[in-house]
Amino acid sequence: MKQVLKFWAISVLLISWAFTTQATPLKGAASDFTLKSNQGKNLRLEDFRGQVVMLNFWASWCGPCRQEMPLMDEIYKKYSDLGFTILAVNVDEDTADADRFLKAVPVSFPVLYDSDSKISELYNVDAMPTTVMIDRDGNKRFLHRGYQSGYEEDYKKQVKQLIRE
Amino acid sequence: MNFLTISFNSLAGTLPVDTVDSLYHRYEGGGMTIDGPFILVRKSVGNQFSLSGHYYVDSVSAASVDVLATASAYTEERTEVSAGVDYLNEKTLMSFKYTNSEENDFTANSAFFSVSQDFFGDLTNFTLGYARGWDDVGQLGKSETEDADRHIYQVGMTQVLTKNALIGVNLETITDEGFLQNPYRQVRFIDPGNTARGYSYQLESYPETRTSTAMAFRGLYYLPYRASIKGEYRYFNDSWGIESHTYDLLYVHPLDDQWIVEGKFRYYSQTQADFYQDLFPFKDSQTHLARDKELSNFSGTTFGAGISYELGQGAITHIDRLKFTLLLDYIQFEYDNFRDVVAGEGLAVGTEPLYEFDAWVTRASITLEY
Amino acid sequence: MKLYLLMTILLSSLFSLSGCADLKPWVKPYERNNLADPIMSLGRHGVAGSYVHHVYQARESARGAEGGAGGGCGCN
Repeated sequence: MKQVLKFWAISVLLISWAFTTQATPLKGAASDFTLKSNQGKNLRLEDFRGQVVMLNFWASWCGPCRQEMPLMDEIYKKYSDLGFTILAVNVDEDTADADRFLKAVPVSFPVLYDSDSKISELYNVDAMPTTVMIDRDGNKRFLHRGYQSGYEEDYKKQVKQLIRE
Repeated sequence: MNFLTISFNSLAGTLPVDTVDSLYHRYEGGGMTIDGPFILVRKSVGNQFSLSGHYYVDSVSAASVDVLATASAYTEERTEVSAGVDYLNEKTLMSFKYTNSEENDFTANSAFFSVSQDFFGDLTNFTLGYARGWDDVGQLGKSETEDADRHIYQVGMTQVLTKNALIGVNLETITDEGFLQNPYRQVRFIDPGNTARGYSYQLESYPETRTSTAMAFRGLYYLPYRASIKGEYRYFNDSWGIESHTYDLLYVHPLDDQWIVEGKFRYYSQTQADFYQDLFPFKDSQTHLARDKELSNFSGTTFGAGISYELGQGAITHIDRLKFTLLLDYIQFEYDNFRDVVAGEGLAVGTEPLYEFDAWVTRASITLEY
Repeated sequence: MKLYLLMTILLSSLFSLSGCADLKPWVKPYERNNLADPIMSLGRHGVAGSYVHHVYQARESARGAEGGAGGGCGCN
């Protein structure tokens, strides 16, 4: 019986250790970078100043990342005419893995390749996937760590808000 | 008795993937053939719940050395079902599963609960598990049954060491109480009165409690050309005096994006239970008597190979992965103090050859992730 | 039991490690390429894997400490 009580005490301790992965507000300028893309040329973040940018870090081996890609595509198709773009930074060590996934699940927004993780480090990515909403002035506004079904509604709300600013 | 392992294979932070996992299993060896299906279905409901259930059948046709010595060949079937639910909250995964197993003279039920927690940047996972088991041991021809109860405590921890290495530690304590012996199995004792064989049989008699502890260490390493190697060691001992060591080595080698081959080696050795003897000196010589070869001094060596073919996302609509797997294991058991009385018929009592046998285990499965 | 006390001590020291500001997780979430590979999974074969534990449990006295969670993608 004592054993059982000890176990439950530890479980309760562990459960209370959980931390949230919902959207958090951010401040400050989004660090500039240039990466190879699947658009045939290198893309630089500064070049998108004036547009709302949804910066997403993903990998082909990450289940939740794969799940949100088609939903992100829907958001892109809906708002891209209003000065909005998605930059999906892929962190696969072997870009062929990313391309294989994109063949099965094609998307219309640009995919950037960060195979040596320099930009992931620059942005202190601490969850997979990670989404950073950047406004028209190049400032970081919202951060999403992880993906759960329903987050795409938060993405839409924030994109609409940043577009209207 | 026999219920499927309470092992926990999942990644906290995400629910276990939706799957339909179907297996044809077959064991052939020592005069026994046991085969049947094993099907598991898992479906997530919302972001936080995952439901699962399994169906398993063992169809036994047996004429093993225990059976041949004291009875005649038989066929039997065991069916096992379970229903479970997993609940995910941030980095904590809680699981509950209820399992029921039925044979014509034996029923086992168990309830299992576990909590799995990821922390330290998902580098560390800690899992606690607890299960209760209730067995109903019957005997053909008797209407009353005996009970056996079980408590299982599990603790496990895995730690990511590097981008390429993972280690794990598992601890499990099991306490059983009640009717722990087999109502049919018998021990033999020297009996000068039995002129035909020189020995006679009486029913086995086990203690009414048993406490066992197992501690396992495992390490997994990713090789740069895309392959993996896993090593495991488990130490076991119990209150019946049994001590065992298990060593496992597994090498997984992908040939390309779809074909993966693997090879494995396993070595198991154990020492006998205190009250075990192949041949007792006379009737009722001890309070507890056992001649079950499972409680003897023995070792088992396994060589295994496997091949799998996988279709990833995009191959079939709405299917994330389709995998076909074929695994073949060859096991050789060698007993140091259990004798083959069937092979040794006619020989002087106690000089029968030591028993050994081999077995082939085949697993053919189709796994679907959707 | 002594072994469980040891595990509890191990766990508490891990807790204090996470609280320690100097020690940060040394494998980043975006570096889990290899750990997320299915060949690095502790339960790669699903039911085929759990079945084989049953084969051994039915013929050997040892039981328990099979399986494990953790590793993998570490997503969300």
